[in-house]
Amino acid sequence: MSHRIVPLAITAYTVTCAAGSGRDAFARALQSRASGLRENDFADWPLPCWIGRVAGVEAAPLPAAWAAWESRNHRLAWMALNEDGFRERALAAIERHGATRVALILGTSTSSIGETERTYRELGDDGRFDPSQRASRVHETHALGAFVQQALGLEGPCLTIATACSSSAKVFASAQRLIHAGLVDAAIVGGADTLCGSVLYGFNALELVSREPCRPFDAARSGLSLGEAAGFALLENIQVDKSAPRLLGYGESADAHHMSAPHPQGLGAEQAMREALARAGIAAGEVDYINLHGTASRQNDEVEAMLVARLFPANTHASSTKGWTGHTLGAAGIVEAVVALLALERGFAPGTLNARNLDPACGPQIRIDNAQCAVRVALSNSFGFGGNNCCLAFAAGTA
Amino acid sequence: MSAVLDIGIEGIGVWAPELPDWLAAQSMFVENASSLAAPPARPAATVLAPGERRRAPESVLIAVEAAQQACAMAHREARELPHVFASAYGDLAINDYLCATLARAPGEVSPTKFHNSVHNAPAGYWAIASGCTRASTAVSAGASSFGAGLLEAAVRVCGESEPVLLAAYDVAACGPLRDTIASRSVFASAFVLAPWSPRAVARARLQVGAGAATLAPLPSLLHASHTGNPAAASLPLLVALARREPVSLRIAAAPSLHLNLEISF
Repeated sequence: MSHRIVPLAITAYTVTCAAGSGRDAFARALQSRASGLRENDFADWPLPCWIGRVAGVEAAPLPAAWAAWESRNHRLAWMALNEDGFRERALAAIERHGATRVALILGTSTSSIGETERTYRELGDDGRFDPSQRASRVHETHALGAFVQQALGLEGPCLTIATACSSSAKVFASAQRLIHAGLVDAAIVGGADTLCGSVLYGFNALELVSREPCRPFDAARSGLSLGEAAGFALLENIQVDKSAPRLLGYGESADAHHMSAPHPQGLGAEQAMREALARAGIAAGEVDYINLHGTASRQNDEVEAMLVARLFPANTHASSTKGWTGHTLGAAGIVEAVVALLALERGFAPGTLNARNLDPACGPQIRIDNAQCAVRVALSNSFGFGGNNCCLAFAAGTA
Repeated sequence: MSAVLDIGIEGIGVWAPELPDWLAAQSMFVENASSLAAPPARPAATVLAPGERRRAPESVLIAVEAAQQACAMAHREARELPHVFASAYGDLAINDYLCATLARAPGEVSPTKFHNSVHNAPAGYWAIASGCTRASTAVSAGASSFGAGLLEAAVRVCGESEPVLLAAYDVAACGPLRDTIASRSVFASAFVLAPWSPRAVARARLQVGAGAATLAPLPSLLHASHTGNPAAASLPLLVALARREPVSLRIAAAPSLHLNLEISF
């Protein structure tokens, strides 16, 4: 059913997560197997677990001009915008194409709800918001998109996608369609999600949070470690830079099974992966690296391992990088798209940090160790609550 | 400014306490009928399994009800339609519950309320209830959520040359959130959109244009109650479809971007 798409160049990209701020730092952490996870020291929420907290967010207020947008999520988004010269590259593209011809599509799961949680803890005796918070625009899902739109001076289509943990993967698909329809010439995509009480205690209530650093695909895994991150990518016509890595395809699907558990045979996930391959016009055997969703939850990893074993040949290198970053929820799509892009650009495939004995469900594709190897085509899986799945396909540019 | 998206509207659904379905909406918009004598308190949302219907948050019930109506009118199988669910605020009662519980006793957060708090909960319940494994998207764009969702759906219709279900919904703010969120009503609408063909009940030629769009005046009966509800930005389109008068509508898609819809029959 899915037809091949016109690939897009990724002319700039960046990420900030617990394992590193910017591409170089993150790539170094991946190559040296240095985890960004730490014992929970998140002041407001003393749940005994490990987290992927980005250092320094607390001490990095937004510039005065954006003070009305203050929240941990927007601080992290601003930090990421300013890494790797991304903001300059984005502004240059806006200058080149025009502010109405560049779309902004960002993913988040909880947006700035951490700020809403704080406001609830500080309610007045009358049970109302502090007057200083009443005009604030951060207490809604689209706060992220609205803030970045203002910060970059964008006047084109602007959308926040909020499909839980697939959010900032699906942004690539929506951007490709907008560009292909001729409505815009470029798109800034990405996402941000930050640690907050809702996700720590919410996932804890679902008995999905591990007391130890997460161990994706390990037979003895005991749940996920939550993290936070922000990242961005700039998508343009491949003629702009033929050497830039490319978005080759995407697949989106729903499990139609359960709100918080994956389909037992990975029906929706398989459909998303097959659609991504079809839109990319490639066969499974052409994929060199797959960044798996691999949360270290019992169910996700078992289903995803069986799916990869079923669809891909033994020489495909597949891994989860959540042991470096934690599960960054709505930002996982952009974080792991960046892992795939780094693999293409730097010729290495990360393994699975913290896994020691792989689950028997794992085929030979799932690797514990990193590998130095040419990566020409890479996939990235992102699956979320509501049974929401997205798979992205990327390829190296031409020399 | 840019390409024209040529869309057929094949099905329409609506739910608000005074507008339980498209038939009631047509009566109100065409014949100026006043609201029903005894408006239903909850939508029927019969597509949901009985247990889920009892437990479902209000945002899920209204979005699913409107979606179900639109698919029935279009004579399209719900399971075959990629869907876009658009909402500015998601389920505000659950947000209020989560923030209040975290402030009081974080260890008592309900796992069900937590997984129902995701913005894509209505889209997820819809996919489960209708057995739909196609692309399922949940979007938000503040006051422009309806227009931005319509653009996302229309681009998908034209890009993939296939029908898409769009549902827009928002609920009323409750608790302390009333201090910062203006929505005071409950409103959902849904549309089955497809590449234009004679089976459509109306044709919408959609273009993107620079500049803001101010909300067209709402029908007087609805104006006061729905002004702060972003999903009610679909009302001018619903009125035009009910009256079957060719019209040009401007709908906000972002703070400085609008959709121009040429509606014909």
